[in-house]
Amino acid sequence: MDGAQLTQQIINGLTLGSLYGLIAIGYTMVYGILRLINFAHGDVLMVGCYIAWFAAVQFGLPWWVALMGSMVLTALLGVIIDQGAYRPLRRAPRISALITAIGVSFLLENLGLVIFGGRPKAFARPEVFNQIYEWGGVRVLSLSIWVPILTAVILAGLLLIIYRTRVGMAMRALSRDMVTVQLMGVDTNRIVAITFALGSALAAAGGVFWAMKYPQINPLMGILPGLKAFVAAVLGGIGNVVGAMIGGLLLGMAEILLVAWLPELAGYRDALAFVLLIGILIFKPTGIIGQELPE
Amino acid sequence: MSRRGWFQPGPLPAANTTRKRDTRLTILGCLAAAAGLYLLEGHADPYIVHMTCIAGLFAVLAVSYNLINGVTGQFSLEPNAFVACGAYVTALLTLSPDEKAASFILEPIIWPLSVISIPLLPALIIAGILTALMAFLMGFPVFRVRGDYLAIVTLGFGEVIRVVANNAQSLTNGPLGLKGIPHLTNLWWAWGLLAVTLFVIVRLVNSSYGRALKAVREDEVAAEAMGINAFWHKMLAFTLSAFFEGVAGGLLAHLITTISPSQFTFMFTFNLLIIIVVGGLGSTTGAVLAALLFTFGGEWLRAVEEPMSLFGLDIPGIPGMRMVFFSLILVGVMLFMRKGLLGRYEFSWRWLFALFRRRPAS
Repeated sequence: MDGAQLTQQIINGLTLGSLYGLIAIGYTMVYGILRLINFAHGDVLMVGCYIAWFAAVQFGLPWWVALMGSMVLTALLGVIIDQGAYRPLRRAPRISALITAIGVSFLLENLGLVIFGGRPKAFARPEVFNQIYEWGGVRVLSLSIWVPILTAVILAGLLLIIYRTRVGMAMRALSRDMVTVQLMGVDTNRIVAITFALGSALAAAGGVFWAMKYPQINPLMGILPGLKAFVAAVLGGIGNVVGAMIGGLLLGMAEILLVAWLPELAGYRDALAFVLLIGILIFKPTGIIGQELPE
Repeated sequence: MSRRGWFQPGPLPAANTTRKRDTRLTILGCLAAAAGLYLLEGHADPYIVHMTCIAGLFAVLAVSYNLINGVTGQFSLEPNAFVACGAYVTALLTLSPDEKAASFILEPIIWPLSVISIPLLPALIIAGILTALMAFLMGFPVFRVRGDYLAIVTLGFGEVIRVVANNAQSLTNGPLGLKGIPHLTNLWWAWGLLAVTLFVIVRLVNSSYGRALKAVREDEVAAEAMGINAFWHKMLAFTLSAFFEGVAGGLLAHLITTISPSQFTFMFTFNLLIIIVVGGLGSTTGAVLAALLFTFGGEWLRAVEEPMSLFGLDIPGIPGMRMVFFSLILVGVMLFMRKGLLGRYEFSWRWLFALFRRRPAS
């Protein structure tokens, strides 16, 4: 493989990795606070894509309005799911909440199939993202450049919220010790709801970029990115936002390079994440930056 | 005194006082069930027979899945992998060489399988053993983690098996799957397997091993402190449940006659999960009841997918509505009735007699 091709693959890996990272942040934030694998996260992403699709294609809104609208409405969906399905189970055994999450995930998928139909819908790329840049043999889609940049902006905003606001402080405290924080007078339900809102909004952003990258959407599209993003979150050390981003980038890079270097294994690409997951849990269960041990 | 459910008749007599009577009643019950199956086979229409076979196989799957998830408390999500393994192994062993040569268009099948064709029973046993072996090897990495991590890792294994089935062309025929599998499964195979599964698993659960499994479920650290090797007990439950899931998968393949990787997605596991959660995690009786309820109830729910007219209002059929109902049922059970139908209660003849005896005034 020559330099130009390698550069191209690295840019592709960076793009895919940013998307995994954006989705993984939602998992890692919820897991950090509630110790719950929000199985429905990938399907929340799918709903976000459909909202953006309706806004952009049905109502003809510009892409950034569609993206913003989708993030807001998806955040609302995340809060509704938390309040409706997870909140009653806060004191129940953790496995009950996990089963409920699996149920919610299937509910969203099947409602999606019923409402939107099983046939994939084309998701047109906006003009800004559809240009092809070329420097010295390296050909890249403008989307592949923009996605890592926008991801970095979103991540910076999120870190600002987490480390520079009172809400963020409450979140960090909650992930340490929920009961004590409650005794200190923090409205934990509000903080958990905000966590779900932020995580879901990021999933919507990741989903919309995902839909632009592979320009079609269907009701089952969230499953695989969701599961892989979870692996990315574990890879980076669950509960850690920066770790989730790094885990996402590593996973995206690994997938792209696997296909680039060993094309005969391309079909096994979807298995790579899980093999990685098993490897991490055996050799370094805390992930790359994590301190917390899995149960 | 705590409030009792309808199915809790109060204290039961000790098991050893009624053992003889109970054994006789169980044998009688089996004979009655066999007579029922005989009548069903002779007189019912093929569709009902087919559904009854499916129900029997799902009961086998639910009972064995419940062994690891409910009885041992290790929440895992891999049955689709085991069922796929069993189905593929059995089908590859029983298909005739000509059928295989005709099916494998893209890449010819690898050598020993291309000439082998053996009867169903040895094929099922080989499938069961291979699936159990897979579970055994899988257990070493998988049981290093617990709780929700276990769920995700086992789910990942299920996904890996599906990806392998899709890509290992010369072994599984890839996405095309296997066609023309002989229709060998009948009521006797399906319900016979259920009888064997129930016999083995109920005996296991009621033995000292079974109590050790429950101890691991309730508190792993305490169980270890009492001298129970939690790892090997989990392995025991996992391997045994994989064996039965593999055999049931083989019979399933010979009932529906075509298999492909797309049938063994996480959706399959999800269906089994609903069954054992609705039946009550940890209750074998609940698993059987819920499996029957799910299979026949699921067929009945097909009605909601057909167009109907209600009070003069025409409602178009909505395909896929069934799965929406199932998901709602799963969430609903978790939110409002976490113990499922039976909790952890089991059927026993002593219970049945106590139910009909006059309740002591308390």
